[in-house]
Amino acid sequence: MRLAGWLYLALAYGFVFLPVVVLVVFSFQDGRLPVPPFQGFSLRWYAQVVSDGALMTALWHSALVAFVSSGLALAMGFLAAHALARVRLPGSVFLRGLLIAPMTVSYLIIALGLLTVFNQSGVKLSLWTVGIGHVVINLPLCFAICYGAMGDHQKTAERAARDLGASEARVLWFVSAPMLAPALAAAFFLSVTFSWDEFIIAFLLSRFDLTLPVEIWSMLRSGLSPATNAIGSLLFLVSISAVILMEIFLFRRPK
Amino acid sequence: MSLQSAERKLGWGLLAPALLWTVAFFVLPFLAMVALSFAHMEGRAIVEVFDPGNYVRAFSEWSQLKALINSIEITVTVTVISVVLAWPLAAIIAWQVPARYQRLALLVAVLPFWTSYVVRSYSWLLVLGDNGVINKALMAVGLIAEPLALASTRTATVIGFVHFFVMLLTLTIYANLIQLSPNYARAAQDLGAGRWATFRHVILPLTLPGVITGAFVTFVLCIGDYITPQILGGNAELTLPQLIMLQMGRSGNFPMAAALSVVLMAVVILVYAGCSRWLRLDRL
Repeated sequence: MRLAGWLYLALAYGFVFLPVVVLVVFSFQDGRLPVPPFQGFSLRWYAQVVSDGALMTALWHSALVAFVSSGLALAMGFLAAHALARVRLPGSVFLRGLLIAPMTVSYLIIALGLLTVFNQSGVKLSLWTVGIGHVVINLPLCFAICYGAMGDHQKTAERAARDLGASEARVLWFVSAPMLAPALAAAFFLSVTFSWDEFIIAFLLSRFDLTLPVEIWSMLRSGLSPATNAIGSLLFLVSISAVILMEIFLFRRPK
Repeated sequence: MSLQSAERKLGWGLLAPALLWTVAFFVLPFLAMVALSFAHMEGRAIVEVFDPGNYVRAFSEWSQLKALINSIEITVTVTVISVVLAWPLAAIIAWQVPARYQRLALLVAVLPFWTSYVVRSYSWLLVLGDNGVINKALMAVGLIAEPLALASTRTATVIGFVHFFVMLLTLTIYANLIQLSPNYARAAQDLGAGRWATFRHVILPLTLPGVITGAFVTFVLCIGDYITPQILGGNAELTLPQLIMLQMGRSGNFPMAAALSVVLMAVVILVYAGCSRWLRLDRL
């Protein structure tokens, strides 16, 4: 029974890692196709990818959209969570549902809705419209994480600060935000990850300024190439570094 | 002004940005899309007269209906296979791996989750393609003479999806299993239940809420995805999102794309209604 367990674990790891290993191995292919046989080790595809202007521009666009839209989503989500957790407002259950709602709708539908409105009102598609879409998908996430993290002991500290004469803005900035720092950081990083990797909204709501997933998508149209492997491997390296850093600094709480 | 009304005013003020954003960029666009779905095309112009024709087409034209059926079939297959594969994986990590290595085991099991979504589907193409790793390996050992047609099939789409969702479900099911007190199983065994009876009547029902929540998320993400079927399934049989993109791109038929999106949304709502009793979305 135990042996079967370890065997299953090994098979599962094998299945999960198979495509990633193939991706990384053939990014070093010294040949024109990223498929067997392996023709020798070469870094030329990495050199090509790093010197590809369109790809690097797309990388910059993605980073810009990810950080700005996540910052905005976090700020709005945090304020809304504070309001709903601390102030008794009429219809708060409905308001909470409304703020969470975009989470249950396909990105494709969110993108189509926005595209309809932008077309009708003559808004030109750009990185801004992509960013608007990304705030829509990340706002519910930030709100939910902040709302879930607001416990009673912060409430006491906030009340103490208020009693000592702090304005609401000071309470938020000097008491609530620092006490929620781990949750805020987690929400921000998750949002950045989602925005950074998001395809369909970025695809439908941009025209000339492409983000990285859209640029990679257009690379796929010309067929298999080790260059795609190289950029894919680089991205994987960046994400797992971020995940490991997050694991070490954010989630390592004694249990 | 009373203290309470001042506080309320502040509350609304803090809530306003998020609320306005959600209404302006989510609720209104969605309503606009629903309205558009009742318009129709004349030549290349959109005529906005109330006309349920798009919905009639969606359910009566075989090419449109087939996409809906494909999507549902693929999504159900993916959800079932993913749950069946992920449950034992989560259980092994929760029960067999020593406690101090569990977090690591879980982290490693979901590491490929962090590859870019587009790149992940592309990677499966390298594995499953005619010149891919699997075909080359099977031909090298002489099991097959001609490459198997694995890519651009429904099987490829399902494999690509299952790969992604096994990782997601392992996380949610593990979170569920780890909260179960071992006392339940002990109590059942003290009362004379065998291993199977303990599993079937005690452990499995206790993990059901977590499993159903994970399965629902899988369903929603899977049925709305365009990338995986487009890269791995090709154009041989279209899914609903592929058809929506096709209606927009090639035919420029926005009203039809909008109607199909509403159909997609309706399927999700029906499934939600069907399992809302067990859903714990707040516990994700």
